[in-house]
Amino acid sequence: MARKINKQEVIVTGFGGQGIVLAGKILGMAAALGDHKESTLVQSYGPESRGGACCAQVIISDRVIQYPYVNMADVLVCMSQSAYEKYKDQIKPEGYLITDKDLVKPDGRREVFDIPATRMAEELGRKMMANIIMLGFVTAVSTLVSEKAAREAVNSSVPKGTEEMNLKAFTKGFEYGLSKLKGKEKKAAGKTGAIA
Amino acid sequence: MKPQVLTGEHFINGDEACAEGAIAAGCRFFGGYPITPATEVAEQMSVRLPHVGGTFIQMEDEIAAMTSILGAAWTGIKTMTATSGPGFSLMMETVGLAIVTETPCVVVNVQRAGPSTGLPTQGAQGDMMQVRWGSHGDYEVIALAPSSPQEMFDLTITAFNLSEKYRTPVFIMSDEIVGHMSEKVVIPEARKIRTVSRVKPAGRKDRFKPYQPGLLGVAPMPAIGDGYNVHVTGLTHDEKGYPVMSVDTQKEMMDRLLGKIRNNLDDIILTEDYRLEDADVVLVSYGVSARTAYTAVEEAREMGLRVGLLRLITVWPFPEQRIRELAKRVKAFITVEINMGQISREVERCAGTVPGFTAGHHGGAVVPPDDVLKIAKEVLA
Repeated sequence: MARKINKQEVIVTGFGGQGIVLAGKILGMAAALGDHKESTLVQSYGPESRGGACCAQVIISDRVIQYPYVNMADVLVCMSQSAYEKYKDQIKPEGYLITDKDLVKPDGRREVFDIPATRMAEELGRKMMANIIMLGFVTAVSTLVSEKAAREAVNSSVPKGTEEMNLKAFTKGFEYGLSKLKGKEKKAAGKTGAIA
Repeated sequence: MKPQVLTGEHFINGDEACAEGAIAAGCRFFGGYPITPATEVAEQMSVRLPHVGGTFIQMEDEIAAMTSILGAAWTGIKTMTATSGPGFSLMMETVGLAIVTETPCVVVNVQRAGPSTGLPTQGAQGDMMQVRWGSHGDYEVIALAPSSPQEMFDLTITAFNLSEKYRTPVFIMSDEIVGHMSEKVVIPEARKIRTVSRVKPAGRKDRFKPYQPGLLGVAPMPAIGDGYNVHVTGLTHDEKGYPVMSVDTQKEMMDRLLGKIRNNLDDIILTEDYRLEDADVVLVSYGVSARTAYTAVEEAREMGLRVGLLRLITVWPFPEQRIRELAKRVKAFITVEINMGQISREVERCAGTVPGFTAGHHGGAVVPPDDVLKIAKEVLA
């Protein structure tokens, strides 16, 4: 029997200008250069440079990827309500739905991993780093890429001089993700309230 | 100065890889006009060329962009431009000038859906016949179709090498999907990259003929300023390069222009086979569509259908002989491309009595593998 292919498909989506494609690129880069897997990134966007719908599709696999588009995602990251509405059915039953807590109101039909990434970025003084905070969060709650590979990819992808600031943003998102996971574990174990 | 070849592993898109391939091949002039989805090629060249002693010029439009790379090529350097459909249409007149003056250069078309302005940010393969016949007159072209960012790097080098070897424009027929797709691109060490430069004339300057065929039917080419007398014209010209308005000269010139391509097909044509050995149905595809075709072959094989793929790396000159040979032993051809039938017509022309089908797309997205499988199943039912 053929060996099972370890393949994960990701959709990152939101508005143009939120750094959606960069977030996808950093994921793909972390997988390819840091974790030494195969990865591919395709993007779709409208003719306008900001404000239009924007989508990055990343596939990470241990085998060469030919068809580069995602049918059903293992991980769906939504950073706007309209993006969520458009892609919410393109996720596998066991897949992870990840949202920006303040920007997306999910329909409650499945479990959500949410983070107020944009608000946290504003608190750090740079709204445009919401994508990097989200990336840290995604790295923590999913098994897509290793933390080390993601940090290296952030470091080499952001504008020169902003590396430190962006890595700090990544850490914020990553730590938020870890505490979220702990919360879920405790919830699953039946513990609630002050203990969680 | 930054290194000329960025040896190492990169996660970059096809457009950026194309620019790096050009720099590695020795390209030192880029004249262009930005257009989605080819802008990143120009952007990358504008950043990189000044670091390697080259020149980047943003021209006033694509007509000027194309003309600028011919002028620069005659100064003895390797030149390139990059555009998409609307710009490609504007370049067509000068493409003819490049062919008749036998000027080496590389033209990249990152195709988007048309006609006209079409879908600027979405891919297609609708310019495959335009690249073959878009300029007026009768001629041969060389066009390559990369399927991945890695091939955008590799085939840009191949394009420069063919262009220098055959003194002719060579086209990279990419598409928005490959141009904007990011993947790992491995750039080898500079010493491991094979580059070709045009043959320069030697010998007495007073007896020099700039269009007298040499090796492979290609005339050595001097640079303006080398001291050789050169006359560069779009009019029908003899071996000296001067206009001669006669049928005989026209024939001589055309024989040279067509012959240098037609007599060297084995050197120019690159294809890749995937599971063709026992195939009943042959998918013919190129560029991003070949990735769909590859996936369709895998899925068909899992169902027990004997489907294989002939991937055209060189689309023009068309690999007629390969199709004719395959036609002797297969049941059908299915051409997979993002148009409603262009290269499929070439396949059908060479397939004789073997039926040909098109798994096409109107543009804006790739052909889904299921569309290909559906045709394959019907053919083999």
